[in-house]
Amino acid sequence: MSTTGVAGEDRQDFTSRENEQIRARSLGLLQSLVKPHRARFGWSAIMVVLSTAAQVAGPILIAWGIDVGLPAAVDNGNFVPIMTIVAAFLATGISAAGFLALYTRWSIAMSQDILGELRRRIFAHTQRLSLEFHERYTSGRIIARQTSDIDTLGELLSGGLSNLVAGLLFLAFTAIALVSIDPISGIPLAIAMIPIVGVTLWFSNSSRREFRASRIYSTRLIIQFVESMTGIRAVKSFRREPVDRESYADKVEDYREATRRTIHVFGIYDPALKAIGTLTVSVVLLFGAFRVIDGTFEVGALLAAVLYTRRFFGPIENLAMFYNSFQSASAALEKISGFLDEKPSVIEPLNPEPFNATSGDLALHNVSFSYSAGTPVLPTFTLTIDGGQTVALVGPTGAGKSTLAKLISRFYDPTTGVISLDGRDLTTIADADLRREVTLVTQEAYLFSGSIADNIRLGKSDATDAEIEAAARAVGAHDFITALPDGYDTDVNKRGNRISAGQRQLVSFCRAFIANPRVLILDEATASLDIPSERLIQSALQKLLQGRTAIIIAHRLSTVAIADRVLVMDHGVIVEDGPTADLLKGTGRFATLHRAWRDSLV
Amino acid sequence: MPFAGRDMYRLVAGMAIALVSSAFALGIPIALEALVDGPLSGNNPSLVWPAVGLVALLGLLEALFVFLRRVTVLTPGTRIDSRIRNAMYDHLQNLPVAFHDKWQSGQLLSRANSDVSLIRRWMSFGLVLLVSNSIAIVMGVGILFTWSPTLAVVFLVCSIPMFIFGSRFRNRFAGLSRAAQDQWGDVATSVEESVHGIRVLRAFGRGDDSLSRFAERASLGRKLEVVKGNARATLTFWLVWIPDFALATCLLVGVWLASHGELTTGQLFAFFATAAVLAGPIESIGYLLALTLEAQSGLDRIFEIFDHDNSIIDPQKPVTPKNATGSLVFENVHYRHSDGLARDLLNGINLEIRPGETMALVGATGSGKTVMTALPARLYDVTLGRILLDGVDVRDMELETLRTRIAMAFEDATLFSDSVRNNVLLGRHDLRDRPPAESDAVLAQALSIAEAEFVYELPDGVDTVIGEQGLSLSGGQRQRLALARAIAAAPEVLVLDDPLSALDVETEARVEAALRKVLATTTALVVAHRPSTVMLADRVALLDKGRIAAVGTHSELLASSAKYRHLISSLSDEPINPDDEVGS
Ligand SMILES: Nc1ncnc2c1ncn2[C@@H]1O[C@H](COP(=O)(O)OP(=O)(O)OP(=O)(O)O)[C@@H](O)[C@H]1O
Ligand SMILES: Nc1ncnc2c1ncn2[C@@H]1O[C@H](COP(=O)(O)OP(=O)(O)OP(=O)(O)O)[C@@H](O)[C@H]1O
Ligand SMILES: [Mg+2]
Ligand SMILES: [Mg+2]
Repeated sequence: MSTTGVAGEDRQDFTSRENEQIRARSLGLLQSLVKPHRARFGWSAIMVVLSTAAQVAGPILIAWGIDVGLPAAVDNGNFVPIMTIVAAFLATGISAAGFLALYTRWSIAMSQDILGELRRRIFAHTQRLSLEFHERYTSGRIIARQTSDIDTLGELLSGGLSNLVAGLLFLAFTAIALVSIDPISGIPLAIAMIPIVGVTLWFSNSSRREFRASRIYSTRLIIQFVESMTGIRAVKSFRREPVDRESYADKVEDYREATRRTIHVFGIYDPALKAIGTLTVSVVLLFGAFRVIDGTFEVGALLAAVLYTRRFFGPIENLAMFYNSFQSASAALEKISGFLDEKPSVIEPLNPEPFNATSGDLALHNVSFSYSAGTPVLPTFTLTIDGGQTVALVGPTGAGKSTLAKLISRFYDPTTGVISLDGRDLTTIADADLRREVTLVTQEAYLFSGSIADNIRLGKSDATDAEIEAAARAVGAHDFITALPDGYDTDVNKRGNRISAGQRQLVSFCRAFIANPRVLILDEATASLDIPSERLIQSALQKLLQGRTAIIIAHRLSTVAIADRVLVMDHGVIVEDGPTADLLKGTGRFATLHRAWRDSLV
Repeated sequence: MPFAGRDMYRLVAGMAIALVSSAFALGIPIALEALVDGPLSGNNPSLVWPAVGLVALLGLLEALFVFLRRVTVLTPGTRIDSRIRNAMYDHLQNLPVAFHDKWQSGQLLSRANSDVSLIRRWMSFGLVLLVSNSIAIVMGVGILFTWSPTLAVVFLVCSIPMFIFGSRFRNRFAGLSRAAQDQWGDVATSVEESVHGIRVLRAFGRGDDSLSRFAERASLGRKLEVVKGNARATLTFWLVWIPDFALATCLLVGVWLASHGELTTGQLFAFFATAAVLAGPIESIGYLLALTLEAQSGLDRIFEIFDHDNSIIDPQKPVTPKNATGSLVFENVHYRHSDGLARDLLNGINLEIRPGETMALVGATGSGKTVMTALPARLYDVTLGRILLDGVDVRDMELETLRTRIAMAFEDATLFSDSVRNNVLLGRHDLRDRPPAESDAVLAQALSIAEAEFVYELPDGVDTVIGEQGLSLSGGQRQRLALARAIAAAPEVLVLDDPLSALDVETEARVEAALRKVLATTTALVVAHRPSTVMLADRVALLDKGRIAAVGTHSELLASSAKYRHLISSLSDEPINPDDEVGS
């Protein structure tokens, strides 16, 4: 089984080699994210150290105050030493607080920058990946990557850094201090490292497993949540609530159990470290006590040794906490890095020459296509469409019309063969150039939340208000738009819910109108319109399509009226092809279809 | 705390255990002191073992109680978390469609997920620490008073600014944290839309635009987080500096007091030893306060949804119609969207659909057909007037009964990530505990009426998973499955919103022929844009300007209503292509 990209995202157990691969991949990602911030990372660490040093100086100054300042004041009435010490104390206090505040500011700004960069990368990659990927990979998963996974990483970045730096420093200081006071006490400490490493290895493995599971279950929760909120009408009208509630509750329970385990694993690890610490202290104490009784060791030194040993385990717990959030974050990073590792199957050319369509000739040479290997949707065929032609593409549902449209607009690359526009292979044209020249109005009219004007502007990002209005007038959308509460600035709500299905189609038509491409493909763009609106669009199209190449997919054959040529497609094969008038006069498939359609009209 | 229930006791028990474990931790220095003062000074080797044993025992007990604390608070923390999740999902599912029209699912998700996790972390970690640290601070201050009341008062007075800065932070941070959470909800929405609308973005090559819009939203979120961080940094500064300042003042005053003989050195020493211990808990208050405020605003956000009244609920005394003939009557029905136009969209609809009758609903784009079809099943509730199903106001019926009796096919075919079988049999909960042969028969019949036999050729036949997490289908294939789903529900009333719009002429004709048999006995309301769909109906209602302008058979209306002619007939007014004349 593979672990490249998002494959294996739902697996929990990997072989150690796979584990290595995944780990390397996510560490690589983390490194590339943190690298640009090395300098700031360094400065933040220095702030932590300085602040800690200033905080440690405080108690020493108080001790001096009592040891030096107090006698001077009591004995000689001399307040100068105590004043000096108090001043110094105030100064260290200010610097401790100041450095800590600076560290807090910087580390938060830094972690937000890192998270922002990661969000941007995921978003950009989402846009780059091919449709083929999006059809496999649920939207809920991408949302999970962008929300809960990022949140998890945020927890590491916001709390982890100080734990790591402070922990390591304290560890080093105390170990050195201990050995310099009493080398013998260093021996139990060194021996204690063995069980520490042992439990840490155990923790490392189990927590990785549990965090991984928790990520998987959290993603499943999000997937179901998004899906049922999106399909709420169907959920309600078919009374799916109880079923959904149950399956959501099951997922919540899985997630709860996984979360419980992640916390539980740490709940064993942390006291285990404490227990090891206590035993080590006891051993140091035991050896020390006998040496004190022997007279070879001072009581004061023993106390210091015991205190240092105890202190050694404080930062170890800090480090354990860091490691815990690190494990949690790396489970999230595994998923994110896998996602970012996915390669788009429709690849942008590397150094494309600029492309400007001239006549808009389309040629499909020996093209075949299948969504999944083994089930060809379009068997090999060749087709040329001359520039400026308006072609109607008709055929039964499921014939492959939309598929053909998506091939020409390069949503997919053909399995075999070449598609070219004005003689240039589509695969050699930069995406931006291609999108400027070829526009597809999809079967689903998707509107984004935001104003009507913004939704139309999607067709042309620098369109002026006047242009937008002109386009809306041309397709007959102006009247209903101005009737809305805020006219063109009306927020259409989630998915354009605030306007009707037909109105959504009109808006998406406006987009195409304003985009003004060389090649326009309309996939069922008028299916939800009433006949007068459709008629209006038809006459708008007649004007718009002059000198443009157009492919119009429609079941309502009225479209055929404006087409120069008709293609009839069935089971992925173009079974009839010819000028509209000729086909109409004949007795073929299209003539029959057209007659049936006309009979259905009144 | 709602949702806590009995788990609250376990949380309290957890806090108690936390106190016990710190008591053991405090016992260790005492044991050490006993060791130093006892066996070591007495040179008594035989007592060393028990003394060291005591230290080890106390330490191990501390570890044990830490473990116990974690185990005790672990389950309630996660249980409260899942209780909120389930309650929220449940509530969201029950909230009316009008709510979902407005609320972005990104906003909902950020509440149902991020905010809930935040509350869990606060419950099982923040709350416990906040309580135990507060107790520690109060006790510590109490001890300060036993050493020297004067100094303790000085310490307290000097600490007053901390409360000022604390409450200033509180006011500022609460608003910020709310704003940031809302912003991340918007960011989640951006993500969701950019994925769901990926085809449109791709078609227009607008990936970069949407990226920069997303980046804008995300960077606003980042800015809010940074401002939040700065507020926290400022508070941290004061929380570290003010106790230090207080200590410095105490040191000065203490030495002055001592020089006047009002305080012994030992008392002074003990005072500072205790005060120094307080620094840690005081500093941690900053972080804990921030976490608490975040959890608070998360909770507010969650309760905003819980407090959203659900207007479409089961009636107090549900009425079940005596007969199930399927008559549907609109009586002076008015409807207005809360954020729609200022006038009623439906402005006095009167329409009677007799049992078994099929009524086509014809109207211009945006005239309110979809809204009208959503009213009988109470996806929206009428603003005025009433709808009667079998003589009973639909608002007096149980939702379950009502929606079992009315099945719908929507204009966009929403399929769920599930097998074809489960998608089509979605409305048939009753079949789940019947022999499989029965459900197979229902499935096969529905598929054949909707001309959806193509499913048998899918990789796993009717068990193929479709929908977002499964195989993608063509537009017409999806629409036919949605139709099959409505038919399989075998309702009394079928409500079909433009059910054949994505079908080609030939398939449409076949579906209609099969559908006619079903419609002969089923009451139906069918939204139609094309004459071919109208053909399914016994009578046609023309919706115009919020009213039913005319009702009659297709030919009656063609003859009597100019408006109807204009809407439904493409040929009679103005032929658009001379070719059409050739064909006829
Ligand atoms: N993303 C996909 N993955 C796998 N199979 C697909 C996908 N999209 C479409 N198909 C299948 O490919 C075939 C052709 O689909 P296509 O969408 O091209 O049909 P169509 O001619 O546009 O039909 P309609 O008129 O219903 O829209 C259908 O059998 C469909 O089930
Ligand atoms: N959720 C909503 N909030 C506010 N206004 C809405 C909402 N839904 C619909 N509207 C408005 O109500 C009117 C009727 O919408 P509806 O969807 O019922 O039209 P329709 O007759 O079904 O049109 P179509 O034939 O295009 O589907 C539209 O003008 C729309 O702007
Ligand atoms: Mg299609
Ligand atoms: Mg509608």
